[in-house]
Amino acid sequence: MAGSRSPFTNPFLKGFDERLPILRAVHYSMTKHAYPKNLNYWWNFGSISGIMLLVMIVTGLFLAMHYKPSVQEDTYGINQAFRSVEHIMRDVKGGMFLRYIHSVGASFFFIAVIFHLFRSLYYGSYKAPRELLWILGCVILILMMAIAFLGYSLVWGVMSFAAAEVITQVFTAIPVLGDDILMLLRGGEDVDDALLNRFFALHFLLPFILAGVVILHILTLQTVGSNNPLGVDIKSKKDTVSFHPYYTFKDIFGLSVFFTIYMAVVAWAPERLAEAINNQPTDYNLPSHIVPEWYLLPFYAILKVFTWDLNIFGLVITGKQLGALAMGGSLGILFLLPWLDTSPVRSARFRPLYRMAFWGFVLTCVILALVGAQTSGEAFFIPTPLGRILLGFEAENGFVWGSTQQWGVLFMLYYFAFFIVLMPVLGLFERTRTLPASISEPVLPSSQGGGAVAAAAAAAAKPMTKAD
Amino acid sequence: MADTPNDVANPDRRNFLVLSTMTMAGIGAAAGGVGLIRTMTPTRDVAGGSVIEVSLEGISEGSGIIATAGRKKYSIRRRTADEIAAAVADDDSPMRDPQPDSDRVKRPEWLVLRLQCPHLGCPPQGTTAGEKRGEFGGYFCPCHNSQFDTSGRIRKGPSPANLPVPKYFFASDDMIVIGKEA
Repeated sequence: MAGSRSPFTNPFLKGFDERLPILRAVHYSMTKHAYPKNLNYWWNFGSISGIMLLVMIVTGLFLAMHYKPSVQEDTYGINQAFRSVEHIMRDVKGGMFLRYIHSVGASFFFIAVIFHLFRSLYYGSYKAPRELLWILGCVILILMMAIAFLGYSLVWGVMSFAAAEVITQVFTAIPVLGDDILMLLRGGEDVDDALLNRFFALHFLLPFILAGVVILHILTLQTVGSNNPLGVDIKSKKDTVSFHPYYTFKDIFGLSVFFTIYMAVVAWAPERLAEAINNQPTDYNLPSHIVPEWYLLPFYAILKVFTWDLNIFGLVITGKQLGALAMGGSLGILFLLPWLDTSPVRSARFRPLYRMAFWGFVLTCVILALVGAQTSGEAFFIPTPLGRILLGFEAENGFVWGSTQQWGVLFMLYYFAFFIVLMPVLGLFERTRTLPASISEPVLPSSQGGGAVAAAAAAAAKPMTKAD
Repeated sequence: MADTPNDVANPDRRNFLVLSTMTMAGIGAAAGGVGLIRTMTPTRDVAGGSVIEVSLEGISEGSGIIATAGRKKYSIRRRTADEIAAAVADDDSPMRDPQPDSDRVKRPEWLVLRLQCPHLGCPPQGTTAGEKRGEFGGYFCPCHNSQFDTSGRIRKGPSPANLPVPKYFFASDDMIVIGKEA
């Protein structure tokens, strides 16, 4: 682009751009890049996620100006870290709002990213040529989970301590090196001051690394182009529009709706998604019922369903190691997805069997989240609203059947089978519906017809007059 | 592509929409920015903690004490009759920051000053009788040789202003409160 001419007429912009051509790069990507014209509202969640990252970095910066990563206790037995969070909530002007924007923001960041991810899964956005785009997205997801966990620990409440204790313990499942890794993470035998300080340092740094990966994600997107609900490639200029003004305004509208809900939760139900017990400073005892934040629940379920050891000809893999392996595998397998899916058809609109498998996978994630939230070894409880959807009837106080363990194992198996069995096999045997020849073919009359095409072309040339 | 952004039927309408959208976005960004900056203002526990009471008992004529409130230091000096006379006599001398002695004290016997040189913030010496008091018998800043007289006024050296007089009042004859007015 350095060789191209500056598109600006304003002398300041033009002069700046001729010396540092970043303005023309933005201008080019906004107005000259061709985007499919049929992107639906599921495509909003990419830009919403980007904005959420910005919100989290900005609010996090201002929170960090008041936060103190120290476990030292005052005369009331309240540690400094927790005290400084309460100080933010009570003394800092607008501090309660600031903290809730950040803590609720973590949930809404995940909501946006989860919609974004399932949209990719439904419309096959991970398939060639978008494998790298998908892999960078997986890196973003894992970084987000790490950052969210680190940030949750910083409050140093009862559940913060439990999270830090349990999640660092997972690393001891690694043979030989496990204990040394635990020492490096904790900076000592116990979850204590050293851990809190390094968690704070990492929680501050990693979002900027994340922002870097997001930029790579966007650059990759602009190189390979957006997928679309039909999953067919762009054939001609008739299939495309520019990002600005079409998708800028569609995105702004979607963002407004999203932020209205987000701000309503911040204002009226900021603790709704949080564990109330974390509003007490930790006394370094683990609570009897440990749960992570909701977005980590399915992975936590996979971690904890393994209660038996595996003995392969004398080589014993403990249940703890199996759980850690499965949790790592449940994320790792996402990276292989572009090569596990053998179907050449992208969009689930034309894949009836895959579509069922997909909704089965969505249900699996919900059930695993319930398993993650419930106590192991007890009866599995399906709350009433979900029971009504799944079972078609309403139980008095929810629905109980089988054990948490059984449901966890069953749906963990579907989680992996979806990737390892269904993805390759469906592609080979599924009878897909006929794909349209192009993006505009289903909406524009047959491209061979005379009068209809002329009318369509005229409409396409002057869409605003048509709207008037 | 279907059309380019400049190719619109009614450019006035488009301009109005773009301008009003950007205005609303600007107002929103400004409101958010103000909220964020507001979180940086001092909290009440920090802002309110600098008022102290100091007992004047046992301070002999010609000496003084240093009182500390948070990170701030104050000099409370009981002046001799000679020192008061010298300060008043110099009221009309040429000075960088002219101010009569009567404006700088509430009771001539007691000189209360914020012990921070206006030049670069060092604590000047001279409060207690044993400290170096400089050429004018008042205060002396060891960092860059500013010399203050017995009223704390700058007489020689780099300081651009006199030693500042804090807010204070006499709660009784032997008790003062520094940090607020009565």
